[in-house]
Amino acid sequence: MLGETGALRSATIAVLVENEAGVLARVIGLFSGRGYNIDSLTVAPIDDKGRSRITVVTRGTEQVIEQIKAQLSRIVPVHKVADLTVEGPHVARELALIKVVSRGEPRMEALRIAEAFRAKIVDTSIESFVFELTGATEKIDAFLDLMRPLGLVELSRSGIAAIARGTRTIE
Amino acid sequence: MTATPHAGSTGPSPNADLAPGAEVLLRALKEQGVEVIFGYPGGAVLPIYDAIFKQNAIRHVLVRHEQAAVHAAEGYARSTGRTGCVLVTSGPGATNAVTGLVDALMDSIPVVCLTGQVPTHLIGNDAFQEADTVGITRPATKHNYLVKKPEDLARVVHEAFYVASSGRPGPVVVDLPKDILINPAPYVSASANGHRSYRPRTAPDGEQIARAAALIRSAHRPMLYTGGGIINAGPEASRLLTQLVAETGIPCTNTLMGLGALPASDPHFLGMLGMHGTYEANMAMHGCDVLINIGARFDDRVTGRLNAFSPNSKKIHADIDASNINKNVVVDVPIVGDARLVLEALLAAIRIDGGPDREALATWWRQIDGWRARESLKFEQSRATGAIIKPQHAVRRLYELTQQSGRETFITTEVGQHQMWAAQHFGFEKPNHWMTSGGLGTMGYGLPAAMGVQVAHPDALVIDIAGEASILMNIQEMATVAQYRLPVKVFILNNQYMGMVRQWQELLHGGRYSESYSEALPDFVKLADAFHGVGMRANTIDDLDRVILEMIACDKAVIADIAVDQGENVYPMIPSGAAHNEMLLGPDKNRDNAEVTNAGMVLV
Repeated sequence: MLGETGALRSATIAVLVENEAGVLARVIGLFSGRGYNIDSLTVAPIDDKGRSRITVVTRGTEQVIEQIKAQLSRIVPVHKVADLTVEGPHVARELALIKVVSRGEPRMEALRIAEAFRAKIVDTSIESFVFELTGATEKIDAFLDLMRPLGLVELSRSGIAAIARGTRTIE
Repeated sequence: MTATPHAGSTGPSPNADLAPGAEVLLRALKEQGVEVIFGYPGGAVLPIYDAIFKQNAIRHVLVRHEQAAVHAAEGYARSTGRTGCVLVTSGPGATNAVTGLVDALMDSIPVVCLTGQVPTHLIGNDAFQEADTVGITRPATKHNYLVKKPEDLARVVHEAFYVASSGRPGPVVVDLPKDILINPAPYVSASANGHRSYRPRTAPDGEQIARAAALIRSAHRPMLYTGGGIINAGPEASRLLTQLVAETGIPCTNTLMGLGALPASDPHFLGMLGMHGTYEANMAMHGCDVLINIGARFDDRVTGRLNAFSPNSKKIHADIDASNINKNVVVDVPIVGDARLVLEALLAAIRIDGGPDREALATWWRQIDGWRARESLKFEQSRATGAIIKPQHAVRRLYELTQQSGRETFITTEVGQHQMWAAQHFGFEKPNHWMTSGGLGTMGYGLPAAMGVQVAHPDALVIDIAGEASILMNIQEMATVAQYRLPVKVFILNNQYMGMVRQWQELLHGGRYSESYSEALPDFVKLADAFHGVGMRANTIDDLDRVILEMIACDKAVIADIAVDQGENVYPMIPSGAAHNEMLLGPDKNRDNAEVTNAGMVLV
């Protein structure tokens, strides 16, 4: 197949869709049916006109990514597809909830690191914290690496939400 | 069943035009111009059948299997340019239709398939004859709908027809829970506002057209390669293609789906290309310097080994579906648009600035004529009494004798060797007269498709060129043919083998004919008789013309069982993983460097 060779790149693709039954299944089915990767996927309604925004992070050769965008665009309830990675500077953030169970010095160390990362404490007990951390994927990954030896027991990540910088919009 | 209240603040407004859902559905179908529905009843769709009983505007053709309903609708659609309509029940009715839906998806055929569903309050409860139809058919359709509210019913039906027939056409499923069909629903007419999100692009970009025209003008060895997109764009697109070819002198090949776009008798027509295409078409594809693809999708049956495909050409690709462009082959000039509009724009641009250099073109044609002289479709038919019939000869005679009859002739096929021989040896002069399962390769397509064609064209000669294996996959439709007195002709090239499987086993698997021989075939003459038709048989060359003439003259359904040479293979052949200039021309001719590689063995 075309696109099997060539440099891989990551693409953050924003998809504006009609918020109707099955639309997420159409998008996910496209990726699984055609053998594309999904690194991250988020979806939520965004306006009162009945539209949702899906942000999908994928990777592939340039041709594969072009093909993904073309395939997404032909889904009937899709309004708009934008490749934020190539269309100009953009902001990409995700949110993580991180549960750390520990006592004594590891607990203190976890708290200090959380402060340095500006993580919020959203729940605490005598031997646990739930930290809320928002940021770029790399920042969250770095935080998680530090938390692992300090009692990280559970993790929930939102996947990426992304938007173009400046006045430019998807429409 | 169910009796959900519909009065009150959440229901439709009191002055809305209310009727039972099934009646609203039929009214919407009528507004969409539906004349005939191919279907099969069942519990979930009984309200629709009741509504059908009470009206006369729309005919219903009762098939014998839901897969056949979809193929019949495809045959109807492809021979008329209209959208085919299918009605099946929930559960097994819907799952049986899936093969037909994927067939229509792969070949871009507009079909709306209405499926019954258990009432909304039972969905998800594993009710009797419940299946997740929208889930199952999501990758099998262009789009699908589950109608959950009465006020959505009419709008969704109108939208389904719009989506099926606009842009790149395809199948659309509308899943209809039984309570929606029984309870009152408001009627609305089709909206003129277009779809909220789906707005297919049909007009080509002027700049790309100018680039394409400039490239064509600069060409020394131009080549037109056109596909089903021309057929789908309507007869005017075929006329424009014929005109473009006539005015510029550019040689033209068609894909399997595109046959008939350019008359087969046009001297610029090089025949079909691809795995079983002609030598001249494939060599011209390989040797051209500007390749103009309109409405074809660089399918693997067409391109052969991709890294050796048309290696020295600049490529123009016009397609209504942007995802087809740069999918398999990287092109220099991408054009998104409807084939008719693309051809109109190209023709206008070329008329102003001129076409390719005539002298260079004459040299190119001399080279092509040299390839033509190889006569790659040639076969040897012995005329001796009692000689075995060559399948190619049977198709050739069928073509010649139907032409002599002067009747308008439509050809459908099943899938396999007979399909390729039909594509190679039957000349198609007009679009919409050739229906075959191209993308999916569905054995059992031809007979129901022929039914659909005959329903749309009651006086025409409709022939299913079949193999004895394929025909058995939907043979039950002979009963439908009998019920509606459809004079469909089934022309079986009977070699007692799944011929294409046998051919691959001979060429690729050391002649080990594993499970490809059909023991205990039925007596097709008696079978025709049992289904109230007429059976005929040709055992040798002496019988062939007589049987064909009798078949054409017969005003009833016919099965003509033509015993053909069991060892015959389809040539030329580009083996899997080989390039266009590496064709097998025949068993006794030079192999032109073709050999089957390990990489090729894994391909289908």
